[in-house]
Amino acid sequence: MLQIDNLHAEIAGTKILNGLTLSVNAGEIHAIMGPNGAGKSTLAYVLGGRPGYEVTEGSVFFRGEDLLAMDPHERAAAGLFLGFQYPVEIPGVSNIQFLREALNAQRAQRGQDAMSGGDFLKLAKEKAGLLKLDMEMLKRQVNVGFSGGEKKRAEMVQMGILDPAFAVLDETDSGLDIDALRVVGDGINAIMRNPEKGVLLITHYQRLLEVVEPTHVSILSKGRIVKTGGPELASDLEREGYDAVMENA
Amino acid sequence: MTDSILLPTRKDESWRYSDIDAIQDTAPDTFEAWEDIRVAEGESWSDLIVIDGSDGLQMRRLRIAIERGARAELAALVAGGQLGRLEVVVTLAEGAHFELGGITLGGDDTTREIVTRLAHEKPGATSNQTVRSVHWGKATGNFLGRIDVARDAQKTDAAQSFKGLLLDKGASVNSVPQLEIYADDVQCAHGATVGQLDESARFYMAARGLPPETIRRLLVQAFLGDATRELANEATRETLLEQALAKLDERA
Repeated sequence: MLQIDNLHAEIAGTKILNGLTLSVNAGEIHAIMGPNGAGKSTLAYVLGGRPGYEVTEGSVFFRGEDLLAMDPHERAAAGLFLGFQYPVEIPGVSNIQFLREALNAQRAQRGQDAMSGGDFLKLAKEKAGLLKLDMEMLKRQVNVGFSGGEKKRAEMVQMGILDPAFAVLDETDSGLDIDALRVVGDGINAIMRNPEKGVLLITHYQRLLEVVEPTHVSILSKGRIVKTGGPELASDLEREGYDAVMENA
Repeated sequence: MTDSILLPTRKDESWRYSDIDAIQDTAPDTFEAWEDIRVAEGESWSDLIVIDGSDGLQMRRLRIAIERGARAELAALVAGGQLGRLEVVVTLAEGAHFELGGITLGGDDTTREIVTRLAHEKPGATSNQTVRSVHWGKATGNFLGRIDVARDAQKTDAAQSFKGLLLDKGASVNSVPQLEIYADDVQCAHGATVGQLDESARFYMAARGLPPETIRRLLVQAFLGDATRELANEATRETLLEQALAKLDERA
């Protein structure tokens, strides 16, 4: 589904990704782990198309199409979801309005009819229930006054509503307590663990991977994938630390 | 004495950021004319003023006298004219309240401005002015708000809030709060900020599939919502926002 080949990217002239190659097929949940500063968030933003993140070399194909040629909103309509490490507050815009406009914009781009207000509310209620987020929260302004954990759950409710083919989740586990981690992890499994879908799960810690068991684990260091393995690689990292595992890479 | 001497100039405090060129063909007595409104004791008055029209000077000038315990509420959209200008002079008697929800919008090289002068003459009167300005192209938006609090106008509570949103690099806004306070037991607050559409919010919304024009509409709508929030009249609130958004849609 996602083929990243020899990807180089920089921010304001500073090279962050240095020849990253990775591919994720349908039905796979591929965890990307790595120390701080390895380029994990940069990878997420480059895939999402954030302005200022400049690709200088390499290619990314998503479901056979050139992802890097698309605008951010076109990437979303093509089925890519980017879960933010720090979801953004949007004062004055309600979650309901935001998500309904977003869903219908994606549907329009795909040549589908707009979803009615009633059907949308039913869908939103179902996904909020899945993530144990009070429906009242969705009537409030986007992420305004939400706790760290609420923002992450709201992020997964958004993912549930938009129902992407592929999710890039950037440290979705950060800022979550054990109970919230379980809820969010179960949500990811319910929404994305599917033979037709793929996930790139970016995380610093192994604990999320105990709930969302990956099919593959890769280690990102200095802007490149230095090692790829099965779920056991995450346990090795947890036990021995990045330095030891990377030395053996 | 020639007529031109009677035209305002930039030396006049309330015209300092205005477009003086746009008024040169205007008859000087235009600047003598006022619409007078009296809100009788204990009464409530509310109005919506929309300044549009395309050319030259488009101006409304209101003098509002709010008597004891009365309330006046003005919703205003200044979105027309080479120079669009709303001037409001308000006198507040004891326990009176004045509420302003104002929006200026404009592109090209237009100037759109709201100029208010409030006189809190008696004790216990309150006023709240919220102005939001969205400008693009090389346009200018101004809010000049003067508040005079007389010596015996104790317990005055006067607030002003201004925010400007610039959609293009060439646009600008000016805000001049001017407080003349002669009483000692008063609360006067004013705040002003200027910004652009938040880059991180724009990317977040794009990442959820919203195209740039929808993002701009949602963010501008949210920004303008501040100007309508404190208006008590719901119909006025909705009409003001709808008309402002319709004007924004005219932006090419």
